[in-house]
Amino acid sequence: MKEYEKIERAARVRGRAAKVVTYVFLAVWAGVVLFPFYWMVLTSVKGYGAYSSEHIPKFFTLSPTFLNYVDAFTTVPLGQYFLNTVVFTLGTTAIMLVVVTLAAFAFARLEFRGKKLAFVLFLSLMMIPNELVVITNFVTITDLDLRNSFPGLILPSVTSVFYIYLLKENFELVPDSLYYAAKVDGTSDLKYLLKVMVPICRPTLVTITILKVIECWNSYVWPRLITDDENYYLVSNGIQEIRENGFGRENIPAMMAAVVVISVPLIVLFLVFRNKIMEGVSRGGTKG
Amino acid sequence: MANRKSGGLKGWLYLLPAILFLGFFMVYPLIDVFIYSFEEGYNSASQTYFGTGMYNYEYVLHDPYFLQALQNTFLLVIITVPLSTGIALLISVGLNSIKPLRKLLQTIYFLPYVTNTLAVGLVFMILFKKTAYSEGLVNLMINWFGGSSVDFIDGPYWAKMFVLCFYTIWVVMPFKILILTSALASVNQDYYKAARVDGTSRLRIFLRITLPMISPMIFYLVITGFIGAFKAYSDAVALFGTDLNAAGMNTIVGYVYDMLYGDSGGYPSYASAAAILLFSIVLTITCVNLLVSGKKLRY
Amino acid sequence: MKVILQNLTMKFPSRDRKKHQDVVAVNDFSFEIPDGKLIGLLGPSGCGKSTTLNLISGLLKPTGGRIFFGEDDVTDLPPEHRGIGLVFQNYALYPHLTVRQNILFPLENLKGKDRLTKAQMQEKADAAARLVQIDALMDRRPGELSGGQQQRVAIARALVKMPRVLLLDEPLSNLDARLRLQTREEIRRIQRETGITTIFVTHDQEEAMSISDMIVVMKEGIVQQIGRPQEVYDNPRNLFVAKFLGTPPINVFEGQVREGKLYVGQEAVLDLALGKENLPKEVYVGVRPEGFLIREDGPFGCELSGVEVMGRDISVVSTHKASLNPAVRAIVSAESGPLAAGGQVRFSLKPGKVFLFRKDTEERIL
Repeated sequence: MKEYEKIERAARVRGRAAKVVTYVFLAVWAGVVLFPFYWMVLTSVKGYGAYSSEHIPKFFTLSPTFLNYVDAFTTVPLGQYFLNTVVFTLGTTAIMLVVVTLAAFAFARLEFRGKKLAFVLFLSLMMIPNELVVITNFVTITDLDLRNSFPGLILPSVTSVFYIYLLKENFELVPDSLYYAAKVDGTSDLKYLLKVMVPICRPTLVTITILKVIECWNSYVWPRLITDDENYYLVSNGIQEIRENGFGRENIPAMMAAVVVISVPLIVLFLVFRNKIMEGVSRGGTKG
Repeated sequence: MANRKSGGLKGWLYLLPAILFLGFFMVYPLIDVFIYSFEEGYNSASQTYFGTGMYNYEYVLHDPYFLQALQNTFLLVIITVPLSTGIALLISVGLNSIKPLRKLLQTIYFLPYVTNTLAVGLVFMILFKKTAYSEGLVNLMINWFGGSSVDFIDGPYWAKMFVLCFYTIWVVMPFKILILTSALASVNQDYYKAARVDGTSRLRIFLRITLPMISPMIFYLVITGFIGAFKAYSDAVALFGTDLNAAGMNTIVGYVYDMLYGDSGGYPSYASAAAILLFSIVLTITCVNLLVSGKKLRY
Repeated sequence: MKVILQNLTMKFPSRDRKKHQDVVAVNDFSFEIPDGKLIGLLGPSGCGKSTTLNLISGLLKPTGGRIFFGEDDVTDLPPEHRGIGLVFQNYALYPHLTVRQNILFPLENLKGKDRLTKAQMQEKADAAARLVQIDALMDRRPGELSGGQQQRVAIARALVKMPRVLLLDEPLSNLDARLRLQTREEIRRIQRETGITTIFVTHDQEEAMSISDMIVVMKEGIVQQIGRPQEVYDNPRNLFVAKFLGTPPINVFEGQVREGKLYVGQEAVLDLALGKENLPKEVYVGVRPEGFLIREDGPFGCELSGVEVMGRDISVVSTHKASLNPAVRAIVSAESGPLAAGGQVRFSLKPGKVFLFRKDTEERIL
């Protein structure tokens, strides 16, 4: 009896200790993740004067100011960058959806000669890293005189072999009988695609859309290469420009205000579509 | 079937936009980049070159900036891939063992994924930077523990490397945690019950059951981690500014873009050679990884 | 090892947060399982039988009641200290380990004075493998084995530590029909050879009846009846148990008791024994399929809808207005003579195969 009690107690103590260690560890990492966000919001509401006079950084402020946000939109063209990014994101995502849907439909539903070969070739393109083709694309766009223009920004990134693949797999889950039923009713392929396939596969399309929006919002390399006119900067190279030439180098609170403005849309999107995004990413997205 | 005859064309018609875009912006550039890399002294303004050969590769391999970038990238890969995978594994195991707060923590851990690398990099910069009038927050903490402050952004090489690795890990963590937690969650609970009934210790359960069960996912993460870390660039820009060569913190991808554009740009041939060098390295390492993992994963 | 369950109760908080009522998975279960017997826990899904098994194994802790193994109170003891072997429904064999490594796994966990040498472990593993007749498969991986073979490996792994109690969760549900028959004999044999008290969970009454020394019938967390299979079949305590045991299932009718006679529809089908004046008027009547005899002058008439020949016996399918089952099934000897399809068939009933149940509580009254 006594021995049993000892075993029971030891097991309970060990279990509780493991719990405490786990929670502490997880909390520490949560702190590491959240702290930069806290710091950026905190700094963005500190007055410039107050910030500059802090030799030792303060962890809170008693006199928050929103002046920095006004500065962010007036002193530097943050609004312009923002608008550009929205146009770029919407344009790229919209065109991509059309291109990808059509191609996925062809692979999933239509019969044509050379389909298998074409699909294998498409898949093999998935292995080509972006960094390898950027060089020529840069030269091409420059030669076409499309630098500092939305077509130049958008066109090279409107296809994604991976999304075609993802969508094709999803399209193939739609039972054949639906297609034949539609054929019997005299529905055209395009109408079938729009009225049947797209609504049924909407969850996947939404996932693709969200992933693409995130990718567009954060894209840096291509916009940086292809634009040198402020009027076409996106938020990523815009913030870099702000850092190096805007505000005067030392107005860090205003800079942080800009960072907050840039970060908020995606964080809101994430909080709204949390499950969709996490599911989509685990199905096949790596950052960048 | 009627659409056998006409439908042949129709299929290709639906594919046409994708083929055009991919052909123009992927297939052609892929071929072209090899051509560039062998054209010596290509001038992008006049579109002429002197001859063909290995000169571009030779130049790149002797360029101290490239060698610096190569060293930085390798250090970054060797430090961040094992560390981030290891920490992510610990966090995922922890997450899987708790119930309250789990969803909240998962959401928090995923946040860096949806942030703009450039923007948040700026926050890291001010956290680590030491300026004339302020020590910066991280240095403040170092002082608390009795250390002496270091400028992590403009200071010694090891300090800059530390920040770069730290930020890179911070950025890649969400993806790894996500993949590993779902891999762990998909392990059938009966295995753990069976092991518990047999009195298996926590450590032994982890080493003998959990790890082998999720090893395919770990290898997947290591491989994608290697590929991703070799392509590091924007994290460095976020921390050290666009002139990475001056900061001594350039990466291979950064070297490629600098050769293409910017103050030192205008040399697509050198850029191509460097890009191809990078991808032969990545390809080799990926193949080695696959070979090693292929030997170990046999069930 | 004798296993005693004392007022065992398990409540789970309800998933629906608005309802504050707990879900009672096992309610006040008391049972003394005799040493060395094979016990079948039987019931439809959700009846609490798997929860009971998990309580005995220690994977779950009861919210009330005690569990004893022999004289030891093990209620709060973690599973690894209880000395049990557990076989999972899907076997839970580690896919990355060979059969031998799987069987060795529990032995390698032993620490301190229980620790075995390599040779001892091998010897025990070989013995367990021989017992379940998989000694030829020791170096394969579970993925390369058939379902039946995996099942044997799982049993070997559970037995290798020589547990005090062996627990099997739906041991046959993942096997095809032919293997099921074979494997259940195998389980019976292994249990007899080792003499380990064995408790298994199943929803298949035929399986439980065929090999158990005793069966426990459960419904919604409450034990309905405990006893030897034949005993429970012949003397069901209530309508649920009567309906749950037996294939084809028992035929149930609405009936009335008048003047010592049992009426189904308009016909008096059976004379009831004397001295049962306190019987209620309205009852449920249960008649086992083998309780019918075809008699041209029988008191019980049904509309014949078909005959299924099963070899030695034939199954007569008919309908009756008062029947609660869609069809009335009677199993009669093939010698009963040919039956014309359509029209009426008349039966007389064997008294021992007819049960009466109270309409309100469904308790058996006769």
